[in-house]
Amino acid sequence: MIETQHLQKKYGDLIAVEDLSFKVEAGEIWGLLGPNAAGKTTTMRILTGYLPATSGKASVAGYDVFEQAEEVKKEIGYLPETVPLYPEMTVEAYLGFVAEIKQVPKNQKKAAIDRAVETTGLTAVRKRLIKNISRGYRQRLGIAQALIHNPKVIILDEPTIGLDPAQIVEIRQLIKSLRGEHTVLLSTHILAEVTQVCDGVVIINEGKLMAAGRLAELTTAYREKDGVYLKLKKAEDEVLNLFRQLPGVEKAVREGEEIRLEWDRNLDRRDEVIKCCLEHQLGLIEMRSLALTIEELYLRIVSGGIEQ
Amino acid sequence: MKAVWSIIKKELLTYFTSPIAYIIIFTFLLLSGFFFYSLISWFNSIAPQMAQNPYYYQQININQMVFSPLFNNLSIVLMLMLPLLSMRLFSEEKKMGTEELLFTSPLSITQIIVGKYLASLIVLFIMLLLSAIPVLFTFIYGNPETVPFLLGYLGLFLMGAAFLGLGVFWSSITENQIVSAVLTFGTLLLFWVLSWVSYSAHGIWQGVLNYLSFFEHFDSLTRGIFDTTDLVYYLSFAFFGLFLTHSVIQSRRWR
Repeated sequence: MIETQHLQKKYGDLIAVEDLSFKVEAGEIWGLLGPNAAGKTTTMRILTGYLPATSGKASVAGYDVFEQAEEVKKEIGYLPETVPLYPEMTVEAYLGFVAEIKQVPKNQKKAAIDRAVETTGLTAVRKRLIKNISRGYRQRLGIAQALIHNPKVIILDEPTIGLDPAQIVEIRQLIKSLRGEHTVLLSTHILAEVTQVCDGVVIINEGKLMAAGRLAELTTAYREKDGVYLKLKKAEDEVLNLFRQLPGVEKAVREGEEIRLEWDRNLDRRDEVIKCCLEHQLGLIEMRSLALTIEELYLRIVSGGIEQ
Repeated sequence: MKAVWSIIKKELLTYFTSPIAYIIIFTFLLLSGFFFYSLISWFNSIAPQMAQNPYYYQQININQMVFSPLFNNLSIVLMLMLPLLSMRLFSEEKKMGTEELLFTSPLSITQIIVGKYLASLIVLFIMLLLSAIPVLFTFIYGNPETVPFLLGYLGLFLMGAAFLGLGVFWSSITENQIVSAVLTFGTLLLFWVLSWVSYSAHGIWQGVLNYLSFFEHFDSLTRGIFDTTDLVYYLSFAFFGLFLTHSVIQSRRWR
């Protein structure tokens, strides 16, 4: 649904995006991750037809972003970094205007406004002037405007920025509800957002693609060691030595109340660990696998601490 | 056309929900009312005196003595006011980030420019229409010639259209409305004084400078002479402004 090939964008001598290729399947939600000035906004602007790329190809909903810009623009809903609002309009008038310029047929305009207002929870402020509504409502209105023409592809640039925790949760629910019917690409700094909302991520840094793929695939691919966290009733230091003697276990260390065991990622030593616990009656309370969190993954990739 | 209309509607809504259009129209009406009042008072006091002399009696002409100077005064007022009308058209969108919405919508750049420009023309039209109301009373209490009166207003409208075309261009250059207004005003002033310079110029330059000046073309219209050169001049001026706007927006996005 969204595809880029060797995308490059230069501002004069400054390279904002370089050799960026990724693909997002229809009906999925993908996150675009990266530190500030990584090229996230530039990439989104290219996809929405706001900026032309210097070279490379990009297509959205099967149309070429450069050759068939008008078709692409009809299929895209876009929330830019600064929510594009006219403060002197009412919420309803604004959505009406957006519906018109997005070429929603006149007889469907009212229904489109109603639907957008309802899905984003704007009913309470519908008749108010935009300059008088709170930031949370403005952000929602920004999303409502991106949804109004029921586009196939929705591109959201930092949709939860500046919201309070309750609002963030609401917006995430809203974005999740778009899965299936719409293809969503969102950029964010908040890594938890990605785990909660996205099917896959594209991680970029300094304009270059660092990693792209489904979350599960990436966390597996980038894991160096496999292992478990253990919580035991009996937690004396001698216990660590017991585990160290197990074949394959490379590391056994205490981390707070838990014990962290590591082994090569091609091995699985969980059965042996459990046997050991039973034999020595260590009182196993909990065992969970040492999966790479998105934070670890991100830091490793962006700070270059890992090679695939 | 439907797309252009939605831009027009939105621009008019912005003009009339913020104080800007009201203040500009109010000030324009105040000044035009004042000019009209002082000219007509002067005319009323001088006409009876002139009537006593058979030679001057022939010269009494409300078109020449009231309308023509009125239109000239109003043209200067327009020069001062219209940059304030056009300054926000693109600057504000840029500053508020709303241009990203406009330029990622399926509308073409031309449709957006034309919509915005037409909206400002509508405000100009309303302004001129309202200012004509007091002047129409002279038709009840006297018998001025209609054609020069209409041509005068046509001239004001065309000149305003040219001013706005230039204003749209300058507002596409900057995100600062003040900068946009000052640049527009400066350029208009420059075109205004071109005719002064032309008096001291020689040969072909005199003709060129004269042709370029806004007010040379306006003069003949206020005197009731309709010349297509004047029409072409103002329309091409406006068109040129819009064309430059298109190039600016286009090139900015390709940079």
